[in-house]
Amino acid sequence: MDVSPVVEVVAARLRYAGDLALDGVDFRMFPGEVHSLMGENGAGKSTLIKALTGAIRLDSGTVLLEGKVVNFATPAAAQRVGISTVYQEIDLLPNLSVAENIMLGREPRKLGAIDWAAMRASASAALEALGITIDPRSPLGSHSLAIQQLVAIARAISTDLKVLVLDEPTSSLDQDEVAELFRVIRELKTRGVAILFVSHFLEQVYEICDRITVLRNGQLVGEYLTTELLRIDLVQKMLGRESSELDVLESRSTPAVSPLGRQSIVSARGIGKRGKLRPTDLEVYEGELLGVAGLLGSGRTELARLLAGIDRADTGELMVGGNREHFHEPRQALRAGIAYSSESRKTEGIIGELSVRENITLALQAERGWVRRIPRARQAELSASWIEALDIRPADPERPAGVLSGGNQQKVLLARLLALSPRLLILDEPTRGIDVGAKVEIQRLIADLATTGVAVVFISAELEEVLRVGHRIIVLRDREIVATLDPDSVTFEILLAIVAKASGE
Amino acid sequence: MTITHETEPTTTAPVIPAWRRVVGSRVSWMPVLAAVALLLIMFAAAQAYFGRFITPGVISSLFVDNAYLIVLAVGMTFVIITGGIDLSVGAVMAFTGVLAAFLLTNGVPTALVVTIMIPTGALFGLLIGILVQYFDVQPFIASLVGMFLARGLCYVLAPRAIKVSDVGVLGLQSTKIGGGGWYITATVIIALAVVIIGAWVLGYTRFGRTVYAVGGSEQSARLMGLAVARTKVLVYVVSGACAGIAGLLFTAYTAAGYSLNGIGTELDTIAAVVIGGTLLTGGSGYLVGSLAGVLVYGVIKTAISFLGVDQSWTRITIGILLLAFVVVQRLIVARANRR
Repeated sequence: MDVSPVVEVVAARLRYAGDLALDGVDFRMFPGEVHSLMGENGAGKSTLIKALTGAIRLDSGTVLLEGKVVNFATPAAAQRVGISTVYQEIDLLPNLSVAENIMLGREPRKLGAIDWAAMRASASAALEALGITIDPRSPLGSHSLAIQQLVAIARAISTDLKVLVLDEPTSSLDQDEVAELFRVIRELKTRGVAILFVSHFLEQVYEICDRITVLRNGQLVGEYLTTELLRIDLVQKMLGRESSELDVLESRSTPAVSPLGRQSIVSARGIGKRGKLRPTDLEVYEGELLGVAGLLGSGRTELARLLAGIDRADTGELMVGGNREHFHEPRQALRAGIAYSSESRKTEGIIGELSVRENITLALQAERGWVRRIPRARQAELSASWIEALDIRPADPERPAGVLSGGNQQKVLLARLLALSPRLLILDEPTRGIDVGAKVEIQRLIADLATTGVAVVFISAELEEVLRVGHRIIVLRDREIVATLDPDSVTFEILLAIVAKASGE
Repeated sequence: MTITHETEPTTTAPVIPAWRRVVGSRVSWMPVLAAVALLLIMFAAAQAYFGRFITPGVISSLFVDNAYLIVLAVGMTFVIITGGIDLSVGAVMAFTGVLAAFLLTNGVPTALVVTIMIPTGALFGLLIGILVQYFDVQPFIASLVGMFLARGLCYVLAPRAIKVSDVGVLGLQSTKIGGGGWYITATVIIALAVVIIGAWVLGYTRFGRTVYAVGGSEQSARLMGLAVARTKVLVYVVSGACAGIAGLLFTAYTAAGYSLNGIGTELDTIAAVVIGGTLLTGGSGYLVGSLAGVLVYGVIKTAISFLGVDQSWTRITIGILLLAFVVVQRLIVARANRR
């Protein structure tokens, strides 16, 4: 290609909270193209975007804009040279007018005072260029999220825009709004703007993007032309395929109770939440390991959060152990015996400053209420037994949990939930970001657990893992369960095909 | 929603009904209108009850008696729009008054004294602003520091009240211009000038709009490249300078500098600003509203002295009104968030 890239990131490396968030990643964008950055949780997408837009500084590596090395201290500095970002959570000011949101910071002035008439005229011009007809005087907060997003784009194009980053722009838009956004994106393309379109909706990526860069675990997998990359290949590149070292988990555990006599622990009928999960039926049986496969944004986490009472379902009903339940908060789900471990271990799980002992006894104490304090001796006994049972290392209950390795933190979390003696344990990506040995150990622990009659919902982005661990597998795609499978009768390739398939195919 | 679904951009002007152009784009004015409506209702009620309430004399003295409070409310509005609070204004007002009285009795010329008062107030504001912005201290605590400091310095300077007999200062209050029962003093002119200048700054300068932006979302304002840090310091400087001006007006009004002046005034000021429609959460408010808020406060005070009951009823009434307004504000914000 004889066109040179408008922006380039070379050998980007960044260590974040102990993990290598970016490990020598190269990335480039050409003018007038729509480029997609793909990857699962922890792939390094958001870190790369932040590096590109001045929100963080790289440990090493360079960012080049039109061939020149640039070093942004702030996102505002990046904006000044033509790299703008429109975030999922719109970073504008809902309390001010549309015109101000577009123009503030470079508003036209007359004799030291803001020239409101000129400001509205410029704002109108920017809106018109995008074909948006709204009153620039109206407060931004009075418009829908879709319009607010277009206003954010209008703000970006009223400068000399070279690169526009759209981070999950379509996640809360309906179909018409997406079409409108795509019309605007195509308009910007013709002006030679390079657009980075980050979305987990594969359909949309294939509809609008010219080029795709895939990241996995902070590393570059490759850069491809959309037309030359089959959907199934893309998904495989995103999810990756591990070497055979994980086959150490020789054979799958067998369900503790034979399928015939088994009892349903959770039975969901048509539960769903607008924009999160379409109405879905699901049964989970005692002693069963239910593997959940699906891409980021497929509804896998959303399903887990509905079952665990973290989000409230709009529709459907939930039976737990034969009783009809309607959870308003996680406490109620816990009382019914459903425990949930979040995919965000660091922010929604482990409390790093507290000791391993305190982390383990936290949920149990919360369930008893703060008045009936667990005696210190009992706490020590409890944590010692869990440390031994799960082989948590170092085996020191007083060490702050934050210093433990990822795998051991995950075990501490497991111990916390198991101390509640749940009937159903929902684990959202429990093995993400931990090393291979710890991964196998945790998989084995989960398998052992099922033999005691506990039901486990096991969510993972790694298809082999789901295949290896689950007694039964469900696949989510486009916010609904699209298949229920027997792991003995499907191969990795078949599962991959189901996960990657376009809806309607 | 007015998304167009055609593929070519539409160039026609948006069609917006006339009422929407007036009201729809002015949702943030609603609380201000509520305050003005409240003021009118209170006037009408007092007139109905007392018979002779709406008279030139009462209305004139409403402004004259509350000139200092109007000025304080202007500064406080700047601070509250950014989402902050300034508890120091009563004490700073007292301190600048005591300082002025002290300097005047020691023979410092009037003009010099007046020019010292305002920067002194601003200096307290600067201290609070720096604490808030660069030391990340809660505005509540930082301004409490300013309040204690100013109040303490009052006692250091003058344990007892210092009488002011300087004609230049007293003239601000005693020279009455007007006729037919209506009158106005220089203190009122100064107060209204502060309101007008303040309103212009808030509405027509980048600093003013940044005040609103910071109150809307500090993070977004920073991403938009606005001078967030400078603005957050400056609003306290503005509030402090206003407290300095109020110190001058209050000294003229009471003809003395006294360490116990203005105790609790910061709370009256906050009450007036909130009743005037400025959201305590920041991002929304107008000086016209704050002016109306001060007048509401003044009407209550006057009505209660008409009734001849104890003035503590003023505080009780203001408390109830404040409660009602804060609850209504919460409801408005909650409704806006649901959209």
